[in-house]
Amino acid sequence: MINIIVCVKQILDPEMPPGKFKIDPESNKVIPPEGIPLVVSPFDEQAVEAALRIKEQCGAKITVVTVGESSAVNAVKHSLAMGADEGIVVEHIIEGYDSLLTAYILTKAIEEIVAYDLIICGREAADWGSGQVGSIIAESLGIPVVARTRKIEVMDSRLKVEHIIEDGDESLELPMPAVITVSYEIGQARIPTGWGVISAARKKIPSWSLEDIGVDLSQIGDTSSRIKLLKLFTPTRERGCQIIEGKTAAEAAANLALRLREAKVI
Amino acid sequence: MAEYKGVLICGELIEGRLTGISKELLGIGRKLADDLGEELSILLMGSDLSNAAREAIACGANKVYIAAQPLLDNYHCDACTEVATNLCREIAPSVFLLGQTDMGRDIAPRIAARLKVALAVDCVELRIEPDTKLLIQTRPVYGGNALAEVVSVTHPQMATVRAKSMSPLEPDESRQGESIPVKVEVDIETMKIKLVERIKQPIEGVKLEDADAVVAGGAGIGSAGNFAMLEELAKLLKGAVGASRVPCQEGWVSQSIEIGQTGKIVTPNIYIAIGISGAVQHIAGCLGSKCIVAVNKDPDANIFKVADFGIVADYKEALPAFTEKCKEIIG
Ligand SMILES: Cc1cc2nc3c(=O)[nH]c(=O)nc-3n(C[C@H](O)[C@H](O)[C@H](O)COP(=O)(O)OP(=O)(O)OC[C@H]3O[C@@H](n4cnc5c(N)ncnc54)[C@H](O)[C@@H]3O)c2cc1C
Ligand SMILES: Nc1ncnc2c1ncn2[C@@H]1O[C@H](COP(=O)(O)O)[C@@H](O)[C@H]1O
Repeated sequence: MINIIVCVKQILDPEMPPGKFKIDPESNKVIPPEGIPLVVSPFDEQAVEAALRIKEQCGAKITVVTVGESSAVNAVKHSLAMGADEGIVVEHIIEGYDSLLTAYILTKAIEEIVAYDLIICGREAADWGSGQVGSIIAESLGIPVVARTRKIEVMDSRLKVEHIIEDGDESLELPMPAVITVSYEIGQARIPTGWGVISAARKKIPSWSLEDIGVDLSQIGDTSSRIKLLKLFTPTRERGCQIIEGKTAAEAAANLALRLREAKVI
Repeated sequence: MAEYKGVLICGELIEGRLTGISKELLGIGRKLADDLGEELSILLMGSDLSNAAREAIACGANKVYIAAQPLLDNYHCDACTEVATNLCREIAPSVFLLGQTDMGRDIAPRIAARLKVALAVDCVELRIEPDTKLLIQTRPVYGGNALAEVVSVTHPQMATVRAKSMSPLEPDESRQGESIPVKVEVDIETMKIKLVERIKQPIEGVKLEDADAVVAGGAGIGSAGNFAMLEELAKLLKGAVGASRVPCQEGWVSQSIEIGQTGKIVTPNIYIAIGISGAVQHIAGCLGSKCIVAVNKDPDANIFKVADFGIVADYKEALPAFTEKCKEIIG
């Protein structure tokens, strides 16, 4: 049996209707839309799914870790409901663009958990889309990392993974402990069962502070000593679409072709 | 920050030639270097790099760092991370740019971690702030719903750049530059990650990223078989077929033709989106197209917000007529 740690982040729903997306220009922050609950970042759900498949294949203990505000416990609960065994919330509100700090805190939390053979992260968090945290954790722990994998197989103390490359993929072997990041190619994440939800609700989820895991912010500096956010704004991109009509779909389509010819596009 | 100087690019090769994104990086790199009043360098890894080195100089580089090592012909993430990190330590560039490619996505975060610096990924705009001489980096976030302007306070200021967002320079063979060998002290045998095999999916016809016409299908296409209609149109327009996430996830088409934030970025003359709703993460991959055409049965689909031309119709009725008319027009 191996010990797997999965890092999950709670984010705004990335598939919310674009019209609901608003930014407060004063604070350079997204205004959380009312009535749209926060979700587990989709690739992180797939990271939990990948861990569960390994558990089914060869047995594993899965611990889920998140760094965020106290409500991030819901991301952990969702993962437990999917089938993860334990969960931890590291309570600290973090800027999504400070990957170094996020990874540093997660590394400290992982060291506190002690037992780990495999750490699974999402390919990128679907809010800031940095795609860095998994790789930085691996570098900090001095262990190998393969980003963007579509398949993971455990063979004793080694892993065989399929890594996505330009126009294909490659099959790689590496020793554990290791970090793997996964993407949607791993397959659909399972939906929690009713029983899963009930038992997750009953589970005690410890909340750790930065002091608990020996993170000293005065030592590593605040976010603005690494990267500063100058502006967050909505791009303008309405193009003013010309809808081409016709009595039937076929006629509209033929008219479209003619219009495109007129505009010298084809 | 006086000790950090110049702009360094991490080059990528295909069959001994610079890739498109590498030339785009040299284009923006040249501009940034000029604004700083400093030099532009590029790192090349592999064997037989003399042609690419000449190309790099013609495209704007002052210096080409040659990491000649036949083992690097085959991309190896550990080895490339090591070589690039070592060069950054040695020459201490002020700005270090990579492509937001498969390689850049793999190695940039690892290099940044080793150098303990911030990294802004997937930038679509880069400029030097005249007063501070710092690099202002603009990147899409929240799937493309927002743009963020950030500045790294650590050096080298690292960024990866989205394909097709920068313009390459017109190659000028008369440009002069210098090639400098780099010591490669990597032993792939001792690296933890071993390559077992590499499976390349053969590409028929035009490469999606380079195509002048892209016919893309989404969930609305409904099945693998129906993609044949799109193939026919793409062939007629001498273009390529692409897809949104759903057909890739469903296995109707190869995952390598996904267009969008997590897939490929295309900027053809004409992008025809069929049965695609136009989620922000998808249009992130095609917004740079000169003309976007949408075919969707839902008049409220988001795709119509970013399209230039559209028809509201069931594609099964519209597409055959469209292809037929195009045949007539193109002849
Ligand atoms: C972090 C993250 C990253 C993502 N990255 C990407 C990415 O890189 N690329 C990507 O594509 N997606 C990406 N997605 C997914 C994205 O959010 C959407 O879910 C996806 O693009 C939807 O694909 P679709 O438009 O094909 O499907 P749908 O949204 O289901 O739309 C199908 C459309 O087809 C129309 N339709 C149905 N039948 C017909 C018909 N017979 N004739 C005409 N029209 C018809 C419908 O009206 C509808 O508009 C990402 C999501 C996340 C969270
Ligand atoms: N605050 C967080 N808490 C837990 N895991 C995180 C957090 N931020 C990022 N991660 C993990 O790191 C991955 C990559 O994130 P990023 O580098 O921010 O795009 C995510 O998919 C998560 O697995």
